[in-house]
Amino acid sequence: MRTLLRASKRLMLLVALLMASAAALAASREADFKRAYAAAQAAEKQAGSLRNQWTVTETSLAEARRAASRGDFERAIAAAREAEALAKASIYQATHEEEAWKDLEIR
Amino acid sequence: MASSIRIRAIARDGRTEVQTLIQHPMDSGFIKNDKGEFIPAHYIRELTFEHNGRLVFLADWGTAVSKDPYVKFAFQGGNKGDELKVGWIDNKGETDTTTVKIQ
Amino acid sequence: MRYLPAALTVLILSTAHAVGADERGNPAAEARAFRSYFVKKFPNVKLEDFVNGPYALNQDMRRQWEEKEQFPPYEFSLEAGKELFVKTFANGKHYADCFPNGGIGIRQTYPQFDKKSGKVVTLELALNQCREANGEAALSYTGDEMAALTAYMAFTSRGKPFDISIPDDPRALAAYENGKRYFYARRGQLNFSCATCHVQNPGERLRAEVLAPALGILNAMPIYRSEWGGMGTISRRFVTCNGQVRAVPLEPQSEEYRDLEYFLSYVSNGLPISGPGARP
Repeated sequence: MRTLLRASKRLMLLVALLMASAAALAASREADFKRAYAAAQAAEKQAGSLRNQWTVTETSLAEARRAASRGDFERAIAAAREAEALAKASIYQATHEEEAWKDLEIR
Repeated sequence: MASSIRIRAIARDGRTEVQTLIQHPMDSGFIKNDKGEFIPAHYIRELTFEHNGRLVFLADWGTAVSKDPYVKFAFQGGNKGDELKVGWIDNKGETDTTTVKIQ
Repeated sequence: MRYLPAALTVLILSTAHAVGADERGNPAAEARAFRSYFVKKFPNVKLEDFVNGPYALNQDMRRQWEEKEQFPPYEFSLEAGKELFVKTFANGKHYADCFPNGGIGIRQTYPQFDKKSGKVVTLELALNQCREANGEAALSYTGDEMAALTAYMAFTSRGKPFDISIPDDPRALAAYENGKRYFYARRGQLNFSCATCHVQNPGERLRAEVLAPALGILNAMPIYRSEWGGMGTISRRFVTCNGQVRAVPLEPQSEEYRDLEYFLSYVSNGLPISGPGARP
């Protein structure tokens, strides 16, 4: 009898622990998303200052927002990271083209 | 109000060649406006050309015809000075008609 | 599929010969070089025919276009443009009061470098400046009204050669250079520059379209595009071109676009205005 009680208590403790860690995990995933999104936004803002944003970056950012609003933080983080990568590529393109455009020039 | 129909008919070697440009939105009903609402279908259903009271061309149109349609065709007969009458009626019941002399 | 390499691979293709020391910063020489590039590439095309874009390079398309020109699809917009042009403003003035020769037969002199403001003034910008100076609200640069107005003004200049000048002002030269840089710089996720399509591949197909040569490309503007089902301005075309290479478009009539129009018009000096045009 006592062993059963102990076992069920342990089980309840285990379940409580699992639920707490799931909530913590969700909260930490949301924090991860916020960090990833902020990074993507900052990169896109920089691309904006270079007058060289890509439409696909904006689409990824929107997808990240949509996924986050329905609680799918895994998808949201993935989309935010993709947006950041696209934004950084557009920054690379802008800075590279400052000189590279001359290679296409008709002379 | 100006006619929606521009038409030119030229008689040559026993044939009359007709060109028409009609101003009409020809909305298919599938396109959405800026607010995301469907623009209602508004298109010419029937287009007719009559020479001396005789029907020489009849078109049954639907939503597949584009905006501001252009039609070119030829019919046997027709002399310079003859009258050619063109008319259309659309799905809203609106109509327009015009008569032109064959050149 | 979005492909994202760790580092962008950029295809660099150099064209023609190395530049001579005296050609740099010499727009007139650059315009000559621009023209001779296309003349050499298409020896069977008459110089003034370049303004007809794809119709100069594709016989089948040309046949269809010539037939349609008997009853051009832009007739309605052109008529609307004339009506809009002669309409009186609320204060009793007209567009004719803002332009030399009443605005008739002057399209070929735009864009102009305005020394007072230190910036390039395109025809579209000039029309809105005229409106605002007379208490009217500005028109959308990508809308039907601006398209109809510029179509009418282009029509009154049909046949007149492009006559763009770069005054002896470092700011004007800088604007020309900025436009040139914009034209040749790659942009968008597709990493195309204007030159990728219109210098390297005129006459070739991009999906179902035949690409126009950059020489004379603005002479037919504004254009009635079958794709648009209506008349569209230069601003509209720049915006849609940017979107097509997956670049976020800039604001219509922003500095880059005005400078781009300045550059493209200048290098087409001498070629006749053919607007308003019709394109697929």
